[in-house]
Amino acid sequence: MREDVLTALSTVRDPELDEPITALGFVASCTVSADGQARVRLRLPTYFCAPNFAFLMVADAYDALTGVPGVRSAEVILEDHFASDAINTGVAAQAGFVASFDGEAVAELGDLRAQFLRKAVMAGTDLVCRPLIASGVSPGELVALTLGAVPHSPELDRLRQRRAELGLPADDEAPLLIDPVTGQRVDPTAVPLHLRKARVTQAGIEANTSICSGMLGHRYSIRGVGAEREDSGGTSFGTPPEISPQPPVPLR
Amino acid sequence: MYEKDGEKYFIVDTHMHYWNAAPDNWVPGAEQYAKGWIECFHAYQGLGPKETHWPIEKFQKYSEDDLMKDVFEDGHVDVAIFQPTDLKEWYKEGFNTTERNAALGEKHPGKFIANTRFDPRDSDAGLEELRRHVERYGSRGVKLYTAEWNNGSRGYKLSDPGAYRFLEKAQELGIKNIHVHKGPTIWPLDKDAFDVSDVDHAATDFPELNFIVEHVGLPRIEDFCFMATQEPNVYAGLSVVIGGLMHARPKFFAKVMGELLFWVGEDKMTFGSDYGIWEPKWQVEGFVDWQMPDDEELSDYQKLTTATKKKILGLNAAKLYDIKVPAEYLVPVQPGEPAAKDDAQLVSGQ
Repeated sequence: MREDVLTALSTVRDPELDEPITALGFVASCTVSADGQARVRLRLPTYFCAPNFAFLMVADAYDALTGVPGVRSAEVILEDHFASDAINTGVAAQAGFVASFDGEAVAELGDLRAQFLRKAVMAGTDLVCRPLIASGVSPGELVALTLGAVPHSPELDRLRQRRAELGLPADDEAPLLIDPVTGQRVDPTAVPLHLRKARVTQAGIEANTSICSGMLGHRYSIRGVGAEREDSGGTSFGTPPEISPQPPVPLR
Repeated sequence: MYEKDGEKYFIVDTHMHYWNAAPDNWVPGAEQYAKGWIECFHAYQGLGPKETHWPIEKFQKYSEDDLMKDVFEDGHVDVAIFQPTDLKEWYKEGFNTTERNAALGEKHPGKFIANTRFDPRDSDAGLEELRRHVERYGSRGVKLYTAEWNNGSRGYKLSDPGAYRFLEKAQELGIKNIHVHKGPTIWPLDKDAFDVSDVDHAATDFPELNFIVEHVGLPRIEDFCFMATQEPNVYAGLSVVIGGLMHARPKFFAKVMGELLFWVGEDKMTFGSDYGIWEPKWQVEGFVDWQMPDDEELSDYQKLTTATKKKILGLNAAKLYDIKVPAEYLVPVQPGEPAAKDDAQLVSGQ
């Protein structure tokens, strides 16, 4: 059952880095007793990582555990964080973010999650489009493409999944280039800027991921649970030092 | 001053510190925050070259001699700009205060510029302190840490009415440069604390002030880039970019530099070592030697010229702070438009 629990945890993502908490090395320990009590401890790159994102990861991990068949009780503890007490208590009580941070928050975290999913859609657009452009597809041809016309790749699957999570069109007939807020096809004149925005968003996520990985490595010498399960390029702490997406089409 | 291959570079370190984070300065009852803060900084140092790492004891409280040697004697810096952060809820005498910085600066005339800071939540008393600091230390810039904890509040935005009152006062007192450092907390906590849209509003409403966004808005570099493209008075502070990426993650460093050169432009980027997190020596020497790699993935990014590096390492900051630079360090003025103007039109016209 521990394998099932780890698989469930690998569906939980850091909303900013858009990677599974397992691959990022954020799972410090994971145990499941014979009678179905699952216990997970999470850790983050710094003591002061933003509390809203930390709360989302702990709450999502709790939900992931309770969804595993055979798990009868779940406990998720965030270690070594300035808001550990508020987050751990709040998640255990299923209290929500506003109640967990009494007086310090006015809304639950759905909007924040959606905001970062839109960034993930932009970053994913870059990962899918750059190899196409390198293979000779023009911006004018890109804007006419549908998702179904793009060669299959893990990056394309991921882009579709993020779009679907946001309720944006993700089927074969949907345009490849859409506004991540409205879901409308990008205007042909706006394609160059759209692609530049996608690219800087991906570059930002890569830079953040690399800094977080380095900070986590400085903070903890022991590798995270489940990190070795991912195709992580063999670094000590789960995340690859340099993310190079596999091109779905041959590069020029 | 740094000289390499016959080229002379005037170095302005726009973002450095002289802090005291030793345990005897921790506020009783808040020790975990004081400890957590400095350990977090220490982890950042781990991203620099191994031979430049310090033990935590030295990192908590380095000496005046350490600083003068690391920054000026070995670090090639001509002028260093102190950027204070008080954190008095965690550190008894403050973490890195205007007073502590300026006291060191006064012993070494011409070496330092002592910026001060303000916190809009300090209200009238804060305005008075700002006035005193500007008069006493001649500050031309302020450092704003928006995530500072203050009397139950975990942060503020530059667009808050209280912040505008302080920006007006600062301008009236002769402050020119606002260095903004975003942190992980703010009110309300459900919003993204690193969001830079408040800087956008303030930059629009205070066109006479310059807004230098430190560590280029990391972790929101994309939001920062879109914003900086549209605001002529917004600058990219490269602290953390060079220190945290150039050595540890060279390929991502190249991408971030490529993006910044495209969106912000070489006339609006300023070097900051973030000392004592990282020593300036390896950053200055490494950056002068650095070039955008010949990599297919990076092929549409701008290559750096010697002039680009001279501007980033000192000449841009010298303009912001009216620092006189000897003629031998200057680069010929290029005729034509600012680098980012076309992009600004592209963005605003969408």
